[in-house]
Amino acid sequence: MEKTPILEVKDLKTYFYLEGNKVAKAVDGVDFQIYPGETVALVGESGSGKSITSLSIMKLIDKPGKIEGGSILFSGTDLISLTEKQMTKIRGNDMAMIFQEPMTALNPVFTIGNQIMESLRKHQKISKKEAYIKAVELLKIVGFPRAEETIREYPHQLSGGMRQRAMIAIALSCNPKLLIADEPTTALDATIQAQILTLLDEMKEKFHMSILLITHDLGIVAEHADRVMVMYGGQIVESTSVERLFENPLHPYTRGLLESLPSIDREVERLGAIKGIVPPAFNFPKGCRFSDRCPYAMEECHQSNPKLLEIETNHQARCFLYKESV
Amino acid sequence: MYQYIFRRILVFIPMLFALTIIVFALLKAAPGDPYSKILDPDLDPSVLEEAREAKGYNDPIPVQYFRWLSMAAQGDFGESIRYVGRDVSELILSRLPNTLYLGVFSLFVTLIVAIPIGIYSARNPYSPLDYFATGFGFFGLAVPNFFFGLVAIYLFAIQLGWFPSQGYISVSNSGGFGGFLDRLHHLVLPGLTLGLASTASYMRYMRSEVLTVLGSDYIRTARAKGLTERTVLYKHTLRNALIPIITLFGFEFGAIVSGAVITEGVFTFPGIGMLLLESIGNRDYPVIMALTLMFGLFILVGNLIADILYSIVDPRIRYD
Ligand SMILES: Nc1ncnc2c1ncn2[C@@H]1O[C@H](COP(=O)(O)OP(=O)(O)OP(=O)(O)O)[C@@H](O)[C@H]1O
Ligand SMILES: [Mg+2]
Repeated sequence: MEKTPILEVKDLKTYFYLEGNKVAKAVDGVDFQIYPGETVALVGESGSGKSITSLSIMKLIDKPGKIEGGSILFSGTDLISLTEKQMTKIRGNDMAMIFQEPMTALNPVFTIGNQIMESLRKHQKISKKEAYIKAVELLKIVGFPRAEETIREYPHQLSGGMRQRAMIAIALSCNPKLLIADEPTTALDATIQAQILTLLDEMKEKFHMSILLITHDLGIVAEHADRVMVMYGGQIVESTSVERLFENPLHPYTRGLLESLPSIDREVERLGAIKGIVPPAFNFPKGCRFSDRCPYAMEECHQSNPKLLEIETNHQARCFLYKESV
Repeated sequence: MYQYIFRRILVFIPMLFALTIIVFALLKAAPGDPYSKILDPDLDPSVLEEAREAKGYNDPIPVQYFRWLSMAAQGDFGESIRYVGRDVSELILSRLPNTLYLGVFSLFVTLIVAIPIGIYSARNPYSPLDYFATGFGFFGLAVPNFFFGLVAIYLFAIQLGWFPSQGYISVSNSGGFGGFLDRLHHLVLPGLTLGLASTASYMRYMRSEVLTVLGSDYIRTARAKGLTERTVLYKHTLRNALIPIITLFGFEFGAIVSGAVITEGVFTFPGIGMLLLESIGNRDYPVIMALTLMFGLFILVGNLIADILYSIVDPRIRYD
């Protein structure tokens, strides 16, 4: 990997304060780095804290949630210490985000053009006319052949896949260094999924950016990511290159995820091979957070939570099974 | 969009006809006619019968309807029975401005109060002011207009003497800017009374709309684009939150005019609402008819305006 990371998250904690004095530790001590030009996948079941991790990086956590600790170093500045006003200069400019639901992520009452130009004019000192030209160009890049017409259209006039392309155009408008894509294709059908992901790969090259790709589809990870982090119960439980993960998964949770991948002759429910459900974020088991579902759980797994340790070169896991190998 | 508006106006026309038929049927259903009130014992009944014949009261109903309709279309609703010799339309026109001032004043106050408070409540839910606004909302919807009006008269007119309790201008009103202020002064109590219920409901609507919109995906997108909280609120949120409010606004148009009947009665405020009450008391059928038609027309036009505004602010319905 290259020299300095573009994003370095250290011991990030984001808690939600619920009724009845319950605290949901949606993100609880997350560490990772993203280097320039790479695509890092964040995978995990529903409720494991993927979206909250990404929204925390953007500092878009709303009440009753709060970032309680850690640091988020982005191009050398700690975002935690920035004011809301300073953050508005980074969001959409150096760091952009696209979301899962392209049907609802665009404002229904403004044209596509308005929504792209708005971003351009917020972050760059350019005239209306220049913004228009740039917006048309962006729409062409993300695959709208009739961009001059699309720019005047409203979101409801586009299909889901097309709206996601428009979202990508908005996200790319200011040439961000990091693009966070939170399940960008989950709501789309298979052929469109592939097109959007391929587009993201191309855009990564063209705009020289890094991508944090959130998904729960390991097939997508295999094809589009360089590195992968597996998240469970608000923590990262395994982190390595995509090749290593598929060759030699260490954490029992990762193994479960891989076993549940559907194959041609085996119709299996996604992630169905792991028994039980993700515990709610306000009620994790004592000890390792996966201990109540883990087929290998030992006595000590119920006592204390293991640390995320480097088991082999560039391969970390959070599991007592590998105590000896460290 | 123009096509939509055009279609909407086409629908308006049959509704207008239906309205005129209903109003005419009401008139015919009412017992007697202007001549049955003339109880002069010296008068030969055949003279009255001739008068009826001459005025067309014995013609077939459809003939009478179309004659009435064509006259109504020209603004001719005949003469008032109570104010002998005065045209109904002239009588109404002399009173209409007062009701319009009252309506505009009350609507203005409603919007000025309800929209900012609704927005504030949505952005600071469960804050003290939000609780206060909620309380006021229930109060405004629960307390009847006339009761609030009477209490307001007692407190602010009789006890405190801050505002006049009746009429629309002082005797000494001599026009100019002072005259304008005098009119405003007279509008305060009836205007607030008339606007009470709608202020309460607009406030509730605004709060829930803004709350819903603030939680939506596209607001998160707007924030992720780096827009300031101002732009997120005043551009992205308000434009969406106001869509249902604008529809409400159209319906309000009709409701204000009919609400004015009670309020004007309480404050003896000489608008068309008061005129309707007087006319009912005097069985002044031509006036009642014309006013009923007008109230109906206000409601229809209000709905038409609401629909047209709706098509302007919400691009999604222009193409459906
Ligand atoms: N607004 C909120 N209020 C309370 N708790 C919340 C809120 N948002 C998230 N959480 C908690 O944070 C946990 C993680 O949520 P998150 O949205 O990050 O999951 P995710 O991994 O993105 O799941 P999915 O795959 O379904 O998108 C949830 O289990 C939930 O308990
Ligand atoms: Mg999510």
